[in-house]
Amino acid sequence: MTDRLPGFSTLAVHAGAQPDPTTGARATPIYQTTSFVFNDADHAASLFGLQAFGNIYTRIGNPTNAVLEERVAALEGGTAALAVASGHAAQLVVLQQLLKPGDEIIAARKLYGGSINQFTHAFKAFGWNVAWADPDEIESFERAVTPHTKAIFIESIANPAGSITDIEAIAAVARKAGVPLIVDNTLASPYLIKPIDHGADIVVHSLTKFLGGHGNSLGGIIVDAGTFDWSKDNKYPMLSEPRPEYHGIRIQETFGNFAFAIACRVLGLRDLGPALSPFNAFMILTGIETLPLRMQKHCDNAKAVAEFLSTHPAVSAVNYAGLPGDRYNALQRKYTPKGAGAVFTFSLKGGYDAGVNLVSNLKLFSHLANVGDTRSLVIHPASTTHSQLDDAAKVKSGAAPEVVRLSIGIEDKEDLIADLDQALRA
Amino acid sequence: MNHDAYDDNYIRSILNNVKSIAMVGASPVNVRPSYFAFKYLAQRGYDMIPVNPGHVGKELMGKPFVASLADIDRPIDMIDIFRNSSHIMPVVEEALKLSPPPKVIWMQLGARDDAAAEKAEAAGLKVVMNRCPKIEYGRLSSEISWMGVNSRTLSSKRAPIPTQGMRLSLNRTSFGGGQTAASDRAAKNKTETT
Repeated sequence: MTDRLPGFSTLAVHAGAQPDPTTGARATPIYQTTSFVFNDADHAASLFGLQAFGNIYTRIGNPTNAVLEERVAALEGGTAALAVASGHAAQLVVLQQLLKPGDEIIAARKLYGGSINQFTHAFKAFGWNVAWADPDEIESFERAVTPHTKAIFIESIANPAGSITDIEAIAAVARKAGVPLIVDNTLASPYLIKPIDHGADIVVHSLTKFLGGHGNSLGGIIVDAGTFDWSKDNKYPMLSEPRPEYHGIRIQETFGNFAFAIACRVLGLRDLGPALSPFNAFMILTGIETLPLRMQKHCDNAKAVAEFLSTHPAVSAVNYAGLPGDRYNALQRKYTPKGAGAVFTFSLKGGYDAGVNLVSNLKLFSHLANVGDTRSLVIHPASTTHSQLDDAAKVKSGAAPEVVRLSIGIEDKEDLIADLDQALRA
Repeated sequence: MNHDAYDDNYIRSILNNVKSIAMVGASPVNVRPSYFAFKYLAQRGYDMIPVNPGHVGKELMGKPFVASLADIDRPIDMIDIFRNSSHIMPVVEEALKLSPPPKVIWMQLGARDDAAAEKAEAAGLKVVMNRCPKIEYGRLSSEISWMGVNSRTLSSKRAPIPTQGMRLSLNRTSFGGGQTAASDRAAKNKTETT
């Protein structure tokens, strides 16, 4: 029994799962139950007091969800994880552990439009302020640090243009500021990038995208890297101070290097409530088993489509970090050498109207607001996901009026190219 | 002996072989980590002895507190020290005077004293620092997986059904050993800067 690290594909299939104790079922069962019986009163008290490992109520934990949590923690190289209802729920639960009213996070300006909305409006109403910084100019993160800064938030591969973030450079800023670096790794998945290896303290995902991969189930997850010392000063009282909810337990003192994941579960998920359905957890787990196969195909197809578009007469520009001339190509070769992901944008010479026309003329690409599906997807951000931003903010976040975003699926690349070609000519 | 990261087989052999554990600094207060660990290890079948001079006359899970290691009336396999790093050395010195001496010195999560470890190892004892035996037992048995924790173990065998008082199998296939690479690095950096 040697300690040998299995490969990524082995972990994608096995981590967290083992045959069911009662039935021997090999696939992970869907424990579609709200609650779990206690052995006796002492067992119940031990579970409620966080003294014993076990299940109480599906809003706090569920055996199907636990398999998903351990699997993603293993794939990301984290100490523990917590699955929640969506990527947005993951962000809410993470920041609830870190911020009090009047505190700030520094966020990369290049983010999923939904995250920009969440940070700008919903979080602002909680008194959590956001300072925007430019991931292409690392100094802008340093300049944004104030005594109220509690975290830095970036995407590894950024929506919508598939730009690659210099995670290590921003991790250095976070370390110097004494705050955790949170990386949304949704568009890369741990198959392409493992942010913890580059200095991330917390990784979040929308599981809805490449991890689940089939466009059928919402989910989100928080991965604890086990790297941040929450008790070195009094900046993070949720983790370092006695918790009245649990008779004075200090979370980090009790749970060590997976304390953040526990805080998210027993203080965040328990009280805010965005639990993941065990059925969704099962669907996402099934998707993760083929993540390495799908992700490579997504990337290979995306590169072929990007190359095709880059020479097309109706196209003025393609933003794909996997193309040799792209401004993010050097970062791509460093951070994600297996492929540049499958979400990218291109610009049409015909502007806003050409974007709207293209979307309506495509026959194989689906026009919808998701990415990371087996099917190829298209959206015109300026009229949809980023429509709530003003024109200047649209341009800054990579969603100018002439820009179209693609999420390349795992169909045959020749068919995707033919569909784009006919739609661009129509 | 590298105390920044432990091979799982090292931890596994300790938890599989020790039967009696004296917990120095055990607390009867039911929100203290020592209480959690004491109760869990007792429920998993270890013969637990609470050591704390401040609580002599009281009991923990039906076991009477003793004031010091010398007051224990039987040989003990392991001493689990729930004290700050600065209070480790006297406990180790006291442990080494026992006859027979214990086989293992275990320092709790957050506690580390390399000089005390060296002294115990020179006397032939095994040493673990900055780990919790409850967490390690839960991890190697994968019981801790209920909490979404990365156990860093795999198994294609049917899982045991945990029942009260049951010893779980710790003999799953391990990978990597100990904690994750990133958390080990962070712990090492912390040790070097403090």
